[in-house]
Amino acid sequence: MTHPTQFRYTKEHEWVDLEGNHAKVGITEHAQGELGDIVFVELPTVGTAVKKGENLATVESIKAVGDVYAPMSGTVVEVNTQLESSPETINQDPHGAGWLVILEVSDPSEADSFLDAPSYEQYLTEG
Amino acid sequence: MNTIFDHKLAKGVGGLLPALDVPEQGIEKLIPSSLRRTHAPRIPNLSEPELVRHYTQLSKVNYGIDDGFYPLGSCTMKYNPKINEDLARLPGFANAHPLADEDLIQGSLKLLYEASRYLCGIAGLAEVTLQPAAGAHGELCGMFLVKRYFEERGEEKRKRILLPDSAHGTNPSSATTAGFSATEIPSGKDGMINLATLEEALDDTVAAIMLTVPNTLGIFEERILEVTEMVHAAGGLCYFDGANLNAFLGRARPGDMGADIFHFNLHKTLSTPHGGGGPGSGPVAVAQSLVDFLPVPRIVKDENRYRLDWNSPHSIGCIHSFYGNFGVILKAYAYLLLLGDTGLREVSENAVLNANYLQESLKQTYPLPYERLCKHEFVLSGKGLGEGISALDIAKRLIDYGFHPPTIYFPLIVPEALMIEPTECEGKETLDRFIEAMERIAAEAKENPRLLHEAPQYAPVRRLDQTRAARQPILTYPFDER
Amino acid sequence: MRYIANTGADRRAMLTAIGLSSLEELFHDIPQEVKDRFQPLELPTRSEMEVARVLKELSTLNSCQQSSISFLGGGVYDHYIPSVVSHITSRSEFYTAYTPYQPELSQGTLTTMFEFQTLICELTGMEVANASIYDGASALAEGVLMAKRIVGKGRVAAAQSLFPHYRRVLDTYCWAAGIKVIEIPYTNAGACDLTALPQDLSSLVVQIPNAFGVIEELKGVKERLADALLIVVTNPISLGILAPPGQFGADIVIGEGQPLGIPASFGGPFLGLFATRERYLRQMPGRLTAQTVDTEGKIGYTMAIQTREQHIRRERATSNICTNSQLCALAATVYLASLGADGLHELATLNLEKAHYLAQRITALPGYRLAFEAPFFNEFAVRVPTDPQAIRARLKEERILLDDPRFLSALGAPNTLRFAVTEKRTKDELDRLVELLEVI
Repeated sequence: MTHPTQFRYTKEHEWVDLEGNHAKVGITEHAQGELGDIVFVELPTVGTAVKKGENLATVESIKAVGDVYAPMSGTVVEVNTQLESSPETINQDPHGAGWLVILEVSDPSEADSFLDAPSYEQYLTEG
Repeated sequence: MNTIFDHKLAKGVGGLLPALDVPEQGIEKLIPSSLRRTHAPRIPNLSEPELVRHYTQLSKVNYGIDDGFYPLGSCTMKYNPKINEDLARLPGFANAHPLADEDLIQGSLKLLYEASRYLCGIAGLAEVTLQPAAGAHGELCGMFLVKRYFEERGEEKRKRILLPDSAHGTNPSSATTAGFSATEIPSGKDGMINLATLEEALDDTVAAIMLTVPNTLGIFEERILEVTEMVHAAGGLCYFDGANLNAFLGRARPGDMGADIFHFNLHKTLSTPHGGGGPGSGPVAVAQSLVDFLPVPRIVKDENRYRLDWNSPHSIGCIHSFYGNFGVILKAYAYLLLLGDTGLREVSENAVLNANYLQESLKQTYPLPYERLCKHEFVLSGKGLGEGISALDIAKRLIDYGFHPPTIYFPLIVPEALMIEPTECEGKETLDRFIEAMERIAAEAKENPRLLHEAPQYAPVRRLDQTRAARQPILTYPFDER
Repeated sequence: MRYIANTGADRRAMLTAIGLSSLEELFHDIPQEVKDRFQPLELPTRSEMEVARVLKELSTLNSCQQSSISFLGGGVYDHYIPSVVSHITSRSEFYTAYTPYQPELSQGTLTTMFEFQTLICELTGMEVANASIYDGASALAEGVLMAKRIVGKGRVAAAQSLFPHYRRVLDTYCWAAGIKVIEIPYTNAGACDLTALPQDLSSLVVQIPNAFGVIEELKGVKERLADALLIVVTNPISLGILAPPGQFGADIVIGEGQPLGIPASFGGPFLGLFATRERYLRQMPGRLTAQTVDTEGKIGYTMAIQTREQHIRRERATSNICTNSQLCALAATVYLASLGADGLHELATLNLEKAHYLAQRITALPGYRLAFEAPFFNEFAVRVPTDPQAIRARLKEERILLDDPRFLSALGAPNTLRFAVTEKRTKDELDRLVELLEVI
């Protein structure tokens, strides 16, 4: 399995690592492959409030712009500033060092609709 | 590639300008020090031979229509008649100042007036503005006209523009720049607009539909009359993007298809040069219902005199410094005079014939998503030609065969799209050579894919690192590293 | 037809290959109703020789230029264009090429774009410049839209002393975007009154030199703008002598590049200059070329950060702009390269000195004085003792051309005539003008 089993996934190709009421968010191995070499990342400001489904961040490659949607509602408590100078980290380690944002979530039950790793990979084969 | 900045900053060579012939007062006296430049701009002082050699060498690593086949879909890379270049340089035209009194520039005004009449005739619409400086600028103008039209009717709730998913990127961006939102409607399996889908999308919040006819798949909307009727019935306007006018020049008119607004790309359909990216010209023709909103000044004829009319209280205002790209419009006007009605018909005839011939020949080797009569262009897919082979690889390998590649990755609805438009100017001989090259590349894709992946091998540079260019962009000459 | 390579035999062979028997069948997909409604232009086909004659006759109806002495200005100036410029721009590898989406075949265009971007930054003192917009006015409009995207406020303050054509285009774009334009009047000295600036602005737009030719003082302005951006509209030739706006904290610098080797051509095609700070790079509209390397490590150029542009971002693009004014940008590049830094300084000096000589001689005449006591470059406004239209008409009889005084009247400066003096105006021409004014 390419995608870590301890994460949960959305159909918009985000992964979520939920611990208590903190959710670490990134884009999946599949997503970074589709985008190609990532050249720029636009991250939200710490303190921004987001609703589930709203635009959270933007990931740019040469040929495309990938919108990252907030998988859960909450407040941005940390962003991966290292991506400003090394956006390629997302390509190299999308599930680890290439994380994007940490949210303090307001409604943990929003995680109920997420896919687990096998379901996400199944979803990829259907698409 | 060398830039001029790679040359040393020698002392000035002079020789262009005469010495000062009035008594010198001195810059220090005339301009206070706080307003004066302290450091000279780092522009090298080259001798004329060095300068000419530099740009001549640069021209040789460029490829224009005069160099060879240029089948870029939706760009209409047709031959640029040389006579038009000479005519634009006539001193009477080249030196005319836009603020000169009208009696001194009757020639320019007459040209613009007559060009306007011909463009209206081609569009089958009532009036035209020549101000937009490019197709996208024309689209923006069109969107401004739509906005003003509904403002005047008190229907500001109409905030949506409908676009097919095959639309050119300038369409949605023009819509949003004008304050509308863009709603995409998916194309049907036949590549055309599905009337049921359109019906669902239409309501009283729709301001207009933006269509390219034929569409970017090269397919003519056979139900165009129904489409425009439906939009009109819902109270909306029909905007036609004229990028593909070459397909029916001289035999059909957008106004007759239900268009209310239509923009031209003079640098596509009417043969004016692309210039490496511009300047273009994107005149916009409109139906009678929109005439009052056209930009000012309008060019008007009173008996035998031409003048600029600023009196148009409902006009959207101005979108260009002056009257449009006169120097470009002149070339299109001359082209129309050269071709005449017969010539215009021959354009669409040969353009569509050439495209169908290529499509018929190439569909043996490349997937053809929409197998039917095309107009002046068609779209192939580069998918499945070989393991890991992309449209980009095919395009780069075509460069090794001496051709400019077709448009790639557009329209978005075809994966690994290759959009091919031969134009009417190319002869069967060139088309056959292109077919042969494409077939050889398809064979290479299976037998020796490395040739595609490493292409181009014979161009002035190999494949360029786009990622590096985007990650740490160097957008000006790195003087400090020299 | 002359521009079509196919012969009748070619066409027949191709029809056969497609499986059709007539050319008409190629158009069966167009509804018959539409084809029936078609009307031709009633235009005959003409030979090249005939068309050349028609156009030449038309050009002679433009009786103004050849024998007249032009003091026309207003953003479009009669500068000397070195012969080199048209020779380079006439090379068909440059002018018949398309936008450089395939960089391997377009290093000529891309290298000149890179040179152009660099030159504009050098002139304006800014960090990054794009490869041009359509003209100065649309560049200004794009700049104001960009400032709104960055700052978020729906108001822009614009100096009353902008050229009218800039202001008209700005008003149209701002109406469409829902941005309120607040006009800032000028002082007795002809400069923008920056003492009581409105609040909650996205940007302030100032033109230097302005419509009266006055060079605005920008020191300290940026500091008083809160988070609004300072947008300066400039004349590129003046930057051969004047301090670049970047030095005063300008956020966006706009200009009309026509003076840089582009003929007046009745108002177009022109060249929109656009430069800004690196921190706003991703909000900047228009094309950008970047330096990079190929697979063999050779330096080359390619279009960069196209993700701002319409073909990728579509409805969220920074602008809908696709075509730029590339051939005009090439002309400007060759123009500046043929002058060099020293030549540009010399050129600007000639403009400055000749304009001031004329101003001095005119204001020595009874009843004539400078409209504004302020520094100017090569354009200046003069209060005249009698009807300015009459003066202008009399000069026109002698084939000396001045701008219509109603432009300045509309800006609140009646009884005023404006003079633009370039390096092309000889001492004899200047003296002749003064002689005529003496007796009018």
